[in-house]
Amino acid sequence: MSGIAVSTTINGDEVEFLCQAEETLLDVLRDRLELTGAKEGCGTGDCGACSVIVDGRLVCSCLVLGAEAEGRRIETIEGMATGDTLHPLQAKFLEHAALQCGICTPGFLMAAKDLLSRIRDPTEEEIRFGLAGNLCRCTGYDKIVRAVQDAASVMRRA
Amino acid sequence: MTVATYSARDFKSVGTRPLRPDGVEKVTGRARYGADFNMPGQLVGRILRSPHAHARIRRIDTSRAEALRGVKAVITAADLPDLTGGDAGLHDVLDNCMARAEALYDGHAVAAVAAVDARTAREALKLIEVDYEVMPHVTDVDEAIKLESHVVRQPAPHSGVDPELDFSANLVKTTQYGHGDVEAGFKRADVIVEHTFKTEQTHQGYIEPHACVANFNSDGTGDLWVCTQGHFAYRHFCARLLGMQVSKLRVTSSEIGGGFGGKTHVWAEPVALALSRKAGRPVKLVMSREEVFRASGPTSATSIDVKIGATKDGIITAASATLRYTCGPYPGGWAEFGAQTAFACYNLENVRTVGYDVLVNRPKSAAYRAPSAPMAAFAVESAIDELAHRIGIDALDFRIRNAAREGTRSSYGPTYGPIGIGPTLEAVRNHPHMKAPLGKNQGRGMACGFWFNFGGQTCTDLNIGADGTVTLSVGTVDVGGSRASLSLVAAEELGIPYEQVKTVVADTATLGYNDTTEGSRGTFSSSMATIFAARNAINVLRERAAKTWNISIEEVIWEEGHARATGAGHGNLSLSLKEIAEAAPNTGGPVAGHSEIVADGAGVSFATHICDVEVDPETGATRVLRYTVIQDAGKAVHPTYVEGQFQGGAAQGIGWALNEEYVYGKDGRLQNAGFLDYRIPVCSDLPMIDTQILEIPNPNHPYGVRGVGETSIVPPLAAVANAVSNAVGVRLTHIPMSPPRILAALDAQKAG
Amino acid sequence: MDYVRPSSLKEAIGLLKGARGNAFVLAGGSDLLVRMKGGFVEPDLVVDIKAIKGLNEIALSASGTSVGAAVPCAALGETAALKQAWPGVVEAASLIGSRQIQGRCTIAGNLCNASPAADSVPALVAAGARAVIAGSEGTRTVAVEDIPTGPGRTSLAKGEIIEAIVLGNPLPRSADAYLRFIPRTEMDIAVVGVGVNLTLDSEGRVSSARVALGAVAPTVLLVHEAAKAIIGTKLDAGALEALASVCSAACRPIDDKRGTIEFRKKVAGVLAQRAARTAYERARAR
Repeated sequence: MSGIAVSTTINGDEVEFLCQAEETLLDVLRDRLELTGAKEGCGTGDCGACSVIVDGRLVCSCLVLGAEAEGRRIETIEGMATGDTLHPLQAKFLEHAALQCGICTPGFLMAAKDLLSRIRDPTEEEIRFGLAGNLCRCTGYDKIVRAVQDAASVMRRA
Repeated sequence: MTVATYSARDFKSVGTRPLRPDGVEKVTGRARYGADFNMPGQLVGRILRSPHAHARIRRIDTSRAEALRGVKAVITAADLPDLTGGDAGLHDVLDNCMARAEALYDGHAVAAVAAVDARTAREALKLIEVDYEVMPHVTDVDEAIKLESHVVRQPAPHSGVDPELDFSANLVKTTQYGHGDVEAGFKRADVIVEHTFKTEQTHQGYIEPHACVANFNSDGTGDLWVCTQGHFAYRHFCARLLGMQVSKLRVTSSEIGGGFGGKTHVWAEPVALALSRKAGRPVKLVMSREEVFRASGPTSATSIDVKIGATKDGIITAASATLRYTCGPYPGGWAEFGAQTAFACYNLENVRTVGYDVLVNRPKSAAYRAPSAPMAAFAVESAIDELAHRIGIDALDFRIRNAAREGTRSSYGPTYGPIGIGPTLEAVRNHPHMKAPLGKNQGRGMACGFWFNFGGQTCTDLNIGADGTVTLSVGTVDVGGSRASLSLVAAEELGIPYEQVKTVVADTATLGYNDTTEGSRGTFSSSMATIFAARNAINVLRERAAKTWNISIEEVIWEEGHARATGAGHGNLSLSLKEIAEAAPNTGGPVAGHSEIVADGAGVSFATHICDVEVDPETGATRVLRYTVIQDAGKAVHPTYVEGQFQGGAAQGIGWALNEEYVYGKDGRLQNAGFLDYRIPVCSDLPMIDTQILEIPNPNHPYGVRGVGETSIVPPLAAVANAVSNAVGVRLTHIPMSPPRILAALDAQKAG
Repeated sequence: MDYVRPSSLKEAIGLLKGARGNAFVLAGGSDLLVRMKGGFVEPDLVVDIKAIKGLNEIALSASGTSVGAAVPCAALGETAALKQAWPGVVEAASLIGSRQIQGRCTIAGNLCNASPAADSVPALVAAGARAVIAGSEGTRTVAVEDIPTGPGRTSLAKGEIIEAIVLGNPLPRSADAYLRFIPRTEMDIAVVGVGVNLTLDSEGRVSSARVALGAVAPTVLLVHEAAKAIIGTKLDAGALEALASVCSAACRPIDDKRGTIEFRKKVAGVLAQRAARTAYERARAR
């Protein structure tokens, strides 16, 4: 069984990998590239825990084939911080305790990053709908929404 | 049993809100959860599951699967021989992990494979031939208890069941609680409300599916990396089922992506170990979301009769309830918790509850956050609202008038010490939420809730490093921030900054036995053990200082992180924790404190919730507009995470109240085994959830801590139901109050 | 399974036509990959059409708008002219799944998946959208309602690919709207979906209308009687009531995990009224 050779860019680094045709981008990230920050909560695009950004669009990596990554630019949670400096969203998630178990956190952070890249000063409703593709079972979302509001305000000042 | 005593103090660390110690790893994607771990040469494990709700397994032919290239092991029940030695409960665990004679629910494991990759494992499952004899099934609790019902297991295991009753053998356990004379009480009542309520089965809905990496070595030792709420319990069950010596199996709890009770039971872990044993290689086994829904442990579906009587001036004279809870195909004590908690909020002269556990062809019921209490509270708190309404008393006043208080004999037996139900109700009265105006099609509801909270076996190790920093090793899995809380407690007791303490969750080989993180016991019991461990360490520190100063230990006190000499003639002798730690090699070696306890006296916990909703009368859609949680925490160690527990429980309860349910087809198969059609609330479904923490100290904890994790899911079903009922003018008696159910209730009302 | 990413339609058609076993077109993948995950389909060949020139584009011309088969739904909402011309179609496309799904899913895929509950289809049917189908014999164009023939089944022949969905220019004083009912506020499948497209005369009366219902029959229903119920009216209470009852009567739904027959019938009427009112207000504002 021959694999498909794929060249892509992940978090700014050129990456090459071999994968089987039916493997998803999530499978490749986790099992071949050891980027396990994206989580598989459902495998069917219903929970958002595997969210990554491909060519500027937020997607569920469980609904993208690994082979489709050819020539794309992929951003994952592992590339969100700059060196040891956390992204304002990461810092605010911590500060507001916007995570309890934390399994949904990488997906929420990617979705929130996508949201704030489109809307600099979102309303609570825009945040809630912008993050509606990500399930959190621990927090009731309250502290997540507050963390995103706070991060947006910090990022506007930056 | 260790019962501690509360003493009031001024806290320095406890009650503050520092960042959690495991936070950076979690926001950078570096934290390792169940599926984020690998071993060299690891295989992929997969489980074949029954498509039938009930079927006899005539024969399983695994030969074609075994012949497939890349398949390293195929197992059936034969590879998990019965080593349970007559322990019926353990046999049920074994049978649930891998069906033996019969598949008892849609999703029941019947075989498993380990192969070199996922593709091969998937292929191999298709090559396993199972010859099923499909049998009748029953999934509804009210159907299953009927005398003429199909019986789920023959002979059914009975416990405490009155054979005179006209029930089927699916009724496997009866429990009764209460006191007084309810018949006499009802005779004294001016108004009696009587209703039957129903709640559907829900799942904990943790986002992380069950996952483990199992390694069984040929020398009888093994390792298990697993997401669990209790790695010691997993070790116990796996070792027993695999015939291993407990100490030869080392279980490491990964970071856990939610559990809420669902990760207190073993599911696929013994199977993974059996696969590893047969294949001679490590096996990684990760459940799919569909498997999680079909074959882990959702909560009970219920059917509950409630009857409450009161006088015209609003005093309850008698209350009774009959609670029927599904327990899946294996007996469980789920109705018992319902029977205990149903009326726990009230001061009742005459009360009686009866719990019936009923077998059905659904997955084994498991704990879900304050297990069994939310359904009972839904029934009781709905009836309380209705009764207040019928008498013409405000529902809040009615609750205040009848609330339990210190000295009340609880409906489940014990007499209460200082408790928080009264204060939460008074806080509701004073809360601005109660005065906010309501618009058209809007309604407000409130409800109370109770949970026991557990204690149990606990131990911690506190080790002081050469630089004066502290490692606290605990054995209660951190499900939502307890490492931060326990670091605060250690810092408080030692008198050092929070930043100098690092709390870790130790594996089963490096710490003594700890009970599972369940029953809201994590912070309660581990903080108690931490305080004792810290006090033991302080004694060592004082001893070292005394040795250094060449005085007696009695002359050394510990304050603000320093040993200080007392008494005349010693001047201002003082040594910091760091100084003593640095000198430790020359004063007696490493400094540590340990504690092994059975924590007793977990303070009971009460909450009252307020909910506003708007119902679209044309579609039955409900929107939660505002929600407030008021709960007694005893002492909030890390208030932000306490708020988080309040909010999370409320959100889960709202989902349960409105949309979440297991939908079974006539064929007994689960129709909605995924997050698309099993609808947990999304971000846009909820408002901010306001919280108010009350602190009525638990007299049995040094700092007054009570468990806080579970009580918050108890009131929401009823709070939402009361709000919806008030909005539409019809009493809703079936949870979830999905749009079709609300619309049907409105239509029925119109039709008269 | 083989994965190929052809760069021309001709190549893609040839691959699909010559495929042995199960061949599937991959555009956004938000249905195909879910079905693969669940084991409902086991493709032998997946033909990714995203590298085919033109299929990633929204082309605006004097005669209307052509949405390439590989254009993600999120891009529809980012195209101001399309949003202006067909707000109902855009709102339907923007309701599918979540932000993550909208970054991948396509309206052509939504159509070809042939789910009765597809969000964009009632809106496309109401808008009179047409599908451009490429095959080895050339290109043909059909009304979108002629594509799905039943749940999971389409009228496409082996080797045929939808190249684009085309929408005409809305007539003066026309507008469309789409509404669906879901138990949650997002991330859900329509229990009922209603697309309404109507045109007003100079007096403000409905002069023509198309009303399409989703999730209430094996395929999306274009309900002519519903149009008749409101044509000639200013959407007064009587017309709306007639609209609701005609829509409810047209439904042939099933009881399932998402809703009951009674619920779907009733809510189809309610949503038809609401969508018609929105479309009416939009048309009046033009």
